Amino acid sequence: MHNYEKTGILYKKDLKLPSKKQLEKGVAIIECVQEIPCDPCVDSCPVRAISMKDINAPPIIDYEKCIGCGKCVGICPGLAIFLIKFKDGKALITLPYEFLPIPEVGNNVKALDREGKIVDNAIVKRVIKVGKTMVITIEVSKDLAMDIRNIRVDS
Amino acid sequence: MRVDGIPNVRTCIAPLKNDIKVETQGKFAELPDAKFKDNPKETIDVDILVVGAGPAGMCASIEAANQGATILLVDENLCVGGQLIKQTHKFFGSKYERAGVRGIQIAKDLENELKELEKKGKITLMLDSTVIGYYEGKKNKFKFGVLKRVEYKGTLYEIDCKAVIFACGAMENMLLFPGNDLPGVYGAGSVQTLMNVYGVKPGEKVIMVGAGNVGLIVSYQLLQAGIQVDRVVEAAPVIGGYHVHAAKLRRCGVPIYTSHSIKEVYGDGKVEYVLVVKLDENWQPIKGSEKKVDCDTVCLAVGLTPSTRLLSQLGVEMELVPEAGGFVALHNDSMQTTVKGVYVAGDSSGIEEASTAMIEGKIAGVSAAFLLGYDKRAKALKKEYIEELKKLREGPFGEKPRIAKNKIKKLLEKKYA
Repeated sequence: MHNYEKTGILYKKDLKLPSKKQLEKGVAIIECVQEIPCDPCVDSCPVRAISMKDINAPPIIDYEKCIGCGKCVGICPGLAIFLIKFKDGKALITLPYEFLPIPEVGNNVKALDREGKIVDNAIVKRVIKVGKTMVITIEVSKDLAMDIRNIRVDS
Repeated sequence: MRVDGIPNVRTCIAPLKNDIKVETQGKFAELPDAKFKDNPKETIDVDILVVGAGPAGMCASIEAANQGATILLVDENLCVGGQLIKQTHKFFGSKYERAGVRGIQIAKDLENELKELEKKGKITLMLDSTVIGYYEGKKNKFKFGVLKRVEYKGTLYEIDCKAVIFACGAMENMLLFPGNDLPGVYGAGSVQTLMNVYGVKPGEKVIMVGAGNVGLIVSYQLLQAGIQVDRVVEAAPVIGGYHVHAAKLRRCGVPIYTSHSIKEVYGDGKVEYVLVVKLDENWQPIKGSEKKVDCDTVCLAVGLTPSTRLLSQLGVEMELVPEAGGFVALHNDSMQTTVKGVYVAGDSSGIEEASTAMIEGKIAGVSAAFLLGYDKRAKALKKEYIEELKKLREGPFGEKPRIAKNKIKKLLEKKYA
């Protein structure tokens, strides 16, 4: 049994993480580790960086091929894909967001980890809409890039 | 028994009066011509009756109509869509099952397809109507009674059809504990209806019981509605639903307690607090582990039971298949039951989820139409759908329905060995 089956939280050991160089380029981190029947991410990728043995297999991303476009982030039905890019000593995290209020570019928001704990302050850098899912890019501390996976917007 | 000409009366609870005429009736009652609420009975003759306009019933109707059959689609609700109309999350699956599209949108898309077919005279929609029972039909025909409500009146319809597809869905399971009758104890599905269909906030602070996909998804939707979810408790040692759904909740700060359940619910006239208890490896409460948690709403997401009463009444072979959620009609790959011309699809054929329900509906629709002689690549389509269904069930989360469907198949083979 994997620990995440008890806790609902993925740990770094559960994921194949990209290299520093790949992070500087900007890549998608897919936090989808179970065999569930789902494959829209595969079709969403313009450079075919995401592959799947069959519809039940977990997606595998080729960090070398990934161009960090973030198309998959707004498509994934499980809201399980995040885009990470290191820039100017900071980390840009692009994540799916389905709550109100919707933050605006320049807003300060709370950055939360996989347990929902506030671990940093973030600045909203970009807000786009994919269907009814908001795809939001925040700037956070570089050392927390692999921990921050959500935001809280105080109304 | 028949009382004063009215069939299917439970005489044990019928009040006794002078000159009451009590008669025995055959296995199936005759549908009387009596007026109902002053309205005369009306008759509809159709190829296929589809009971239930959820994902399975809608797909069955569209599929059979596209083959050329005429369809009457009956549903108790005021609109079509079944549970889809409250599924605000994006669906999984492949593009063939409209992956990435929200359930509410799928409901609209299917409704538009139904409306197009209705315009062409292929499908008749009868909403706010209940199929009340099966009656003695003519040779090679099934006869059903349908009550269509119109305000406080109503019309009784006699439906004569050559085939019938039951896509009646399921009902939420209840959990036994002291205080489960207090206002504020809900099924997770009913909370979802209140929030997403009627726009009513069910409470301020919720405890969710059950970490299957329903419990996880409804918890997330409660958060989206601005309601606090204090925690999710799950009696099993692991989270039953998809990790991605659990992760969405966790990163919003909602804890999930596995090997935990609720022991008792307390409150003066409504839910005020809950005793949460830890369970040991035998799922037994651990003494002294009780914890008082304040909340005003308890949501039960502890499974579903197939709705099969019309199937039982009609007399198809039913068996208890725990993996299917209870008693289900034995059926083959074409979704046909042990009575020729009677089909089943979706949750009422065994609890699963909406994507597979839609495919089962398509299989039942194309099979029923084919039986009646409508054939536009029917066989090839059926084969495609069966393949698609098999693929969706191949993973570990498809294990339970896979076991259920295999058991149903084996029981059916045994019956006809």
